[in-house]
Amino acid sequence: MIKRADANGVESYRLTSHPILEIEERREITFSFNGREMKAYEGEVITTALFANGIKVFGHHPRDNAPQGIFCVNGQCSQCMVLVDGIPVKGCMTVVTPGMRIESCEGVPELPMVGRIPRFGEIPTIETEVLVIGGGPAGVNAAIELGRLGVETLLVDDKNELGGKLTLQTHTFFGSRADCYAGTRGIEIAGILAGELNGLESVTVMLDATAVGGFHDKKVGLYRKGGYLLVRPRAVLVACGAREKTLAFPGCDLPGVYGAGAFQTILNRDLIRPTERLFIVGGGNVGLITGYHAIQAGIKVVGLVEALPQCGGYKVHLDKLSRLGVPVFTSHTVIRAEGREELERITIAAVDEAFRPIGGTEKAYEVDTLLIAVGLSPVNELYEKLTGFGIDCYTAGDAEEIAEASAAIFSGKITGRRIARAIGYDIDIPEEWERTAEVLRSKPGWTGAYEPQKHETPIYPLIRCVQEIPCNPCVEACARQSIKIPGDSIMDLPVFEGECTGCARCVAACPGLAINLIQPGYNTERGTSLLVLPYELDDGDLVDGRIVKTVDMEGNDVGSGRIVAFRTSHIDDKRKLVSVEVPKTEAFDVAGFTVLAGEEGSGGTGLDEPIPDETIVCRCERITAGEVRAEIRAGVRDMNILKATIRTGMGACGGKTCTELILRLYREEGVDLSEVTLPTNRPFVAEVPLSAFAGIKARK
Amino acid sequence: MAKREIYDAIVIGAGSVGLPSAYFLTLEGWKVLVLDGDSSPGQGQNKAAIGGVRATHSDPAKITLCLDSIDIFSSWKERHGTDLGWIPGGYCFPVYRRTEERILKGILPVQKSYKLEIDWQGPEFIKKLISGINEKGLRGGTFSPGDGQVSPLKAAAAFWKESRDRGAEYRFKEPVTGLVIRGGRIKGVKTAKGTYHADVVLNAAGANAREIGLMAGIDIPVVPDSHEAGISAPMERFFDPLIVDIRPGPEGKTKNFYFGQNDRGQVIFCYTPIVPIIGTNRSCTSEFMPVIARRLIDLIPRLENMLIRRVWRGLYPMTPDGIIILDRIHEIGGLFLAVGMCGQGFMLGPGVGRSMASLIVRDEPGIDPEVFSTLSFYRDFYTKREEALK
Repeated sequence: MIKRADANGVESYRLTSHPILEIEERREITFSFNGREMKAYEGEVITTALFANGIKVFGHHPRDNAPQGIFCVNGQCSQCMVLVDGIPVKGCMTVVTPGMRIESCEGVPELPMVGRIPRFGEIPTIETEVLVIGGGPAGVNAAIELGRLGVETLLVDDKNELGGKLTLQTHTFFGSRADCYAGTRGIEIAGILAGELNGLESVTVMLDATAVGGFHDKKVGLYRKGGYLLVRPRAVLVACGAREKTLAFPGCDLPGVYGAGAFQTILNRDLIRPTERLFIVGGGNVGLITGYHAIQAGIKVVGLVEALPQCGGYKVHLDKLSRLGVPVFTSHTVIRAEGREELERITIAAVDEAFRPIGGTEKAYEVDTLLIAVGLSPVNELYEKLTGFGIDCYTAGDAEEIAEASAAIFSGKITGRRIARAIGYDIDIPEEWERTAEVLRSKPGWTGAYEPQKHETPIYPLIRCVQEIPCNPCVEACARQSIKIPGDSIMDLPVFEGECTGCARCVAACPGLAINLIQPGYNTERGTSLLVLPYELDDGDLVDGRIVKTVDMEGNDVGSGRIVAFRTSHIDDKRKLVSVEVPKTEAFDVAGFTVLAGEEGSGGTGLDEPIPDETIVCRCERITAGEVRAEIRAGVRDMNILKATIRTGMGACGGKTCTELILRLYREEGVDLSEVTLPTNRPFVAEVPLSAFAGIKARK
Repeated sequence: MAKREIYDAIVIGAGSVGLPSAYFLTLEGWKVLVLDGDSSPGQGQNKAAIGGVRATHSDPAKITLCLDSIDIFSSWKERHGTDLGWIPGGYCFPVYRRTEERILKGILPVQKSYKLEIDWQGPEFIKKLISGINEKGLRGGTFSPGDGQVSPLKAAAAFWKESRDRGAEYRFKEPVTGLVIRGGRIKGVKTAKGTYHADVVLNAAGANAREIGLMAGIDIPVVPDSHEAGISAPMERFFDPLIVDIRPGPEGKTKNFYFGQNDRGQVIFCYTPIVPIIGTNRSCTSEFMPVIARRLIDLIPRLENMLIRRVWRGLYPMTPDGIIILDRIHEIGGLFLAVGMCGQGFMLGPGVGRSMASLIVRDEPGIDPEVFSTLSFYRDFYTKREEALK
């Protein structure tokens, strides 16, 4: 991790500046870890405080003494378990307090003695018309709709602020400006939505509350700040979002290998720079955006692999990374991660059409962090449970169908009204909402080749938007209404026609950073053109007169240019508009300039078959692919038997991570998945201390 | 089926009783088929058991059968190499009131007459045995070091494997739809997938025992009620015995509760509701954890910091008198019953399996016939014979 001295000369892994995020002054507190005194900021969770002090290993597993680092940073697994005054807690969900005595969790914890029998309290039951679980874009928008109708609604979220993953998104959003705040940064949308909830009297917001189980008697259990309470709702909306899928390869369990969402949390929420050299697996939007977030924070992104022949994310996101010099390896995968206590090195390899690594193509990279961004799966267990118990239950957002946040916003609105109707409110759901929702959920459509459209006007935009995605902020940004999307759908590509004043609002508005202005005849003497390019990184590198390496839309070298001026955009003060003078002959090709250079990998270590036997597939119980494979080969087709014999899925996370990996092993072994019985799913979603059930107030 | 398969015996139910029964029949050299409606062995009430195994009952038949079970479980690793999670930690009934002291001391003579290793122990002993137990008002308790704890999951898998290795066949996802009876004798079993033939059929169907009986026109008075249970995250071991607190709970809902720390260091716990919850529903209720949490913490205050991982609900196939049924059906030759385990099928299972295999193969129950006869299907279920210690 990058260790830098802070203002007081203390070495720290904290961000001291960020091009998008505000770094606020916070009160410093002192705690101890394994007897060593350390500093934290008030209000942050234990894992964050430890990362800020360079601690990435929180304990060792009882089965094989393997180091345990963060994994989900979302309260869903238990890998970040530490001891506070001897009591086991999840580091990512527990706020550090002054003087807190934290110890690493080595093996199984010993339960401390307590002095006296505590006073028991009642477990309250809250009655409400609607319970909304999840305060992300879908849940909040549903609650807004319900609140506007005066429907009694309880909105619960397991974090200490509303917005869900929006609170981590420093980039501007796609989608339609009118419907879902397109062109606004995720972090700002979160605030706007939370503001809209304020003043809706029938909506109660309960933060730091995890819905841990649904019960046969039609109640939902909530764990909140050491306490437990029950909710009896008439209807429930499960809008818990998604969890990250993961990959299994040797070393995938090393501290330093974790999900992109976890990374965004540490970086963008907690303002910690958790890595110096980062590698990313997965070229979907999550992987691409996270790479961009890393670069914004000054982290070296060493490379990105995508197993498919092309990245699945928006082309504009991919191009942004490519232009910044990040090598993107398509038809490649990671085959191995190595390190003693933490990740030190990875090996990637090319894959064939069947995604099998090709021998001889291995490359190794020295990295300290590997992010897994290979897709999301809906968190819908509670929905299935509650529906099974006969509770009127709904899903929205990613919990319903994985899509962009813009789609989640809309799906929340629609579902909010649907619930209101179901419980007897007379309210319409406009037909166009459904259509809009459909469009926002769309996967990227047709992608064309980029052909610059030349115009007669002295200055005009080049719109490098070649992929059908649901997006229209450029149309509304143009002061002269010269940018239009022909046709009815915002999936169509925008075109420029008419006047251009050179205001560069379109450059500032495009979420994909895919528009720049061109003034072809800028300096006839020198034979140069002027480009106005969008820039969202640390502006310390922007110096008038500086010569930069220019790249085309996809990051290929073009030539060089000179920074002439830069300014802050009038509609987004975080985005800089940089004027770069380039040779006229290159002007139509240049789409950006690089600040980072790619690097060559060294020869890798040997190559294995997919999911080698020593790979850990069940992290909680540390069960290898080989152990699972032996059971499959012995004829086990019921994952409940795997639980009994080798304990996969018996750990704290309850099979949230390994179930999919085990299904993959079944497929590899040629088993028809219709023969495979999935494990039974029971409360609790996350572990809850016994004291909470007894109504004992948290003493600490 | 291509050819007509004939088995020596068919066992209905691959659970706590069916699995060891099949295992002991294969030890006799019999060709056995086991049928179960679930997707794999032990998916009924077996996996809902908390795993306590004790011989320290007050009913002679249960004492005899459970002594056998303890023998089978405790020597399993020696015989088959597989670990069942056996912890020879004994059973402890801690006592805080005179009432419970009288009850427990009252049955000691019966228990000792069966040579059970059990005695009354003073508070100092109990405090050492259960580190962190509430000392206020502790009068002592009984301790029986010969009892112990086994992992029901591991045990089911082990019986399944060993019986298959000895030729037993298992068919899952095949609920029994009918019995083939000709000339007053059982001839086979039907499922949706076919008819399987055997001259011996053992009904070991647990909570479904009654519906299987009705297929033969006999009404077995077994009605399931349900108990909830839960398990914690692993912790450093701090007590070995299974603990039973037979005081009724101050909340008015629990008759008693019991728990142990398994081979992984997880505390696994359960209570007996005062008002039985009749029926076959196995979904968890919101009431269980708040009720048991107080009882656990009240008995061992340090438990307040343990993390609860999972809860579930299992069925107790109850008979009217709370005594199990082991017998042959007189009216239908070849039809046997090992049913109505009243929630103790897991600890009774191996003993029952051995006894039933003996009855089936040799026509003698393998335990004292007089004691065995108290388990008869033809007994009077409704004349009260209250068991002092259930």
